[in-house]
Amino acid sequence: MTTTPLRLPRTADHLDLLESHAIFILREVVAECERPVLLFSGGKDSAVLLHLAAKAFAPQLLPFPIMHIDTGQNFPEVLKYRDAVAKDIGARLIVAKVQDSIDKGKVADPGPMGSRNRLQTVTLLDAITDNGFDAAFGGARRDEDKARAKERILSFRDAFGQWDPRQQRPELWQLYQGKVNPGEHLRAFPLSDWTELDIWQYIERENMTLPEIYFAHEREVLLRDNMWLAVGPFVQPREGEIVERRVVRFRTVGDANCTGAVDSSADTLAAIIDEIAIANVSERGATRADDRFSETAMEDRKREGYF
Amino acid sequence: MKLALKDLLRLATIGSVDDGKSTLIGRLLVDTRQLFDDQFDAVVAASEKRGVGDLDLSFVTDGLRAEREQGITIDVAYRYASTPTRKFIIADCPGHVQYTRNMATGASTADLALVVLDVAHGLKEQTRRHLCIAALLGVHNLIVAVNKLDEANWSQAAFQGVVDELETIARELGFASMTAIPISALLGDNVVDASSNTPWYEGPTVIEALEQSDAGTWTRTGHGARLPIQWVLRQPGGGRTYAGMVNGDSFRPGDVVTLLPANITTAITAIHSGLKGRAEAGAGLSVDVKLADETDAGRGDMLASAPLPTVTNEFIATICWFGDKALVAGQRLRLKHTTKVTPVRVNAIEGVVDIATLKVNPSEQLTTNEIGLATLRTADPLVVDDYGQNRVTGSFVLIDEVTNATVAAGMIGRATFL
Repeated sequence: MTTTPLRLPRTADHLDLLESHAIFILREVVAECERPVLLFSGGKDSAVLLHLAAKAFAPQLLPFPIMHIDTGQNFPEVLKYRDAVAKDIGARLIVAKVQDSIDKGKVADPGPMGSRNRLQTVTLLDAITDNGFDAAFGGARRDEDKARAKERILSFRDAFGQWDPRQQRPELWQLYQGKVNPGEHLRAFPLSDWTELDIWQYIERENMTLPEIYFAHEREVLLRDNMWLAVGPFVQPREGEIVERRVVRFRTVGDANCTGAVDSSADTLAAIIDEIAIANVSERGATRADDRFSETAMEDRKREGYF
Repeated sequence: MKLALKDLLRLATIGSVDDGKSTLIGRLLVDTRQLFDDQFDAVVAASEKRGVGDLDLSFVTDGLRAEREQGITIDVAYRYASTPTRKFIIADCPGHVQYTRNMATGASTADLALVVLDVAHGLKEQTRRHLCIAALLGVHNLIVAVNKLDEANWSQAAFQGVVDELETIARELGFASMTAIPISALLGDNVVDASSNTPWYEGPTVIEALEQSDAGTWTRTGHGARLPIQWVLRQPGGGRTYAGMVNGDSFRPGDVVTLLPANITTAITAIHSGLKGRAEAGAGLSVDVKLADETDAGRGDMLASAPLPTVTNEFIATICWFGDKALVAGQRLRLKHTTKVTPVRVNAIEGVVDIATLKVNPSEQLTTNEIGLATLRTADPLVVDDYGQNRVTGSFVLIDEVTNATVAAGMIGRATFL
């Protein structure tokens, strides 16, 4: 019971197919939903997502705005990049600030050095409601975390913004159906099937620019929770912590006070791809304090409405 | 170091509870070094916390709180593995009967099914059910990992007994190929590294079989090229191009195509991806095409090359019903087929499939997780192929008009083995 080998001439590689799938999802959601928005942090994944969105609708402009949930604890290089890319693509940029949620008394102020990571959920859900968005594109990938690995590409959120992992809509073939009732919304993850390495290979192939903190550079860092944190307005040495100058780069970009740098001399895309290809530690494990609370930290935050 | 570009294989796992499916995937990830050290450490910590003693590799894929507490897989987990020539997208599917819809979700995009069986128990009812779902959903190729050979003294006779049983059902269900491998997922024998415990076995390891498989090519051979139109792009200077993802055979500039359901014959003058021109567009590529003639084509229409699909608003289909309440004749729903959404009515339930016998028995209704045949009538005409020839233009989902929940998977036509 064996078939004759039937390998057709290869006209597309895995990056072509991942790109095409993502573009297909972007177009389906735009066609089926009334008011989509693309969540854009200035990180590498959302940069790829925005690049794909521009491609999906070229030569026309993006048929939706882009939105940054701004914790106020960003790396300045990332904000500069965010604004430059939005201008370059001609996208309308909405900035929803966690500070505004704090000022309105919706969330407690964790203080100047405290993490605002979890507070973002409130700001995000309010911004979705206030703008009447019924779909939000995100750059999350399933290889990042075990809860994400279970999430659908089009992920339904109820009127409270909650994700219920036991009641997910069956998602068959590529029949993405995005209809929701008023007050509910979808999260759409066109990069679900991409790995960190796919992202970097694609960035190289497409000659994309990224914030310079992704590339090796020298800066002042201190060791906290086994991570190199960049010394700056949101991270100051506590007692016993020693500030060093090291050559580092960032593998992910989140808040300045919970994103760790890694020792690296990779200062080009080619060098980064070599580094990722042999890495022993996952990107979130290497660099994200926010995922270290418990074995289901991501699931718990996602249930509340996190990215 | 220049990394080679790869092709892509999508696979789904099939197997009953406790046969070791998640453990095999965990083993594949660990032994191909796709699992990072911190993720591995987290699995070790989780195993200890649940008191399961040694490393429980199923914790690699069973990520949800409830799954870890109950020790079962609830939902499809997607995992990614890679060899120098191929990227694998693995849908690790749940084994329990109440999660059949999630099994169908995983199988609907799979080119190949990786079946895991316990050598001591052979083919269980649930595995048979899942094989049937996989066959219905157009998975044509099987890799069968006969697991727990370490607990059966590496017995060739025990292995062969299970293989014989599997071959019978695979033939009945019309699978095109089957490769059976004796393994121990727990110890890693014949998963990535060839085992010295099975000198009588000369075939590939699981990862070798996955690398060598030619699954996934069946929809690209001779049934015509299709482009369901997703979106119309206005070009500078007034022209339009039609965007969508190609399926079936390939399109080339110059090809004569028919716009359906309008039935207008025209030709493709150019194909683009982004703003770049292409000489050919094959299955799975998102493109936009320019046509020789002015048309009013829009979302929901289809461009096709010969042999052409059928335009119809009444057809028989195989239905996997997921709704809480039974599906009955006269019921009204919404149907999504390619990029087209239309109201639909159930004309008649033609019967329900008995998974054990593969007989279609008369029935007035389909209850949750049942598979059956029904005739449907849509408000707008659809442009369809038989699912046996094209998985994209032959498939649809049914949607509850009130809750917008997806309540059924549908395949146009009737599988040959029913």
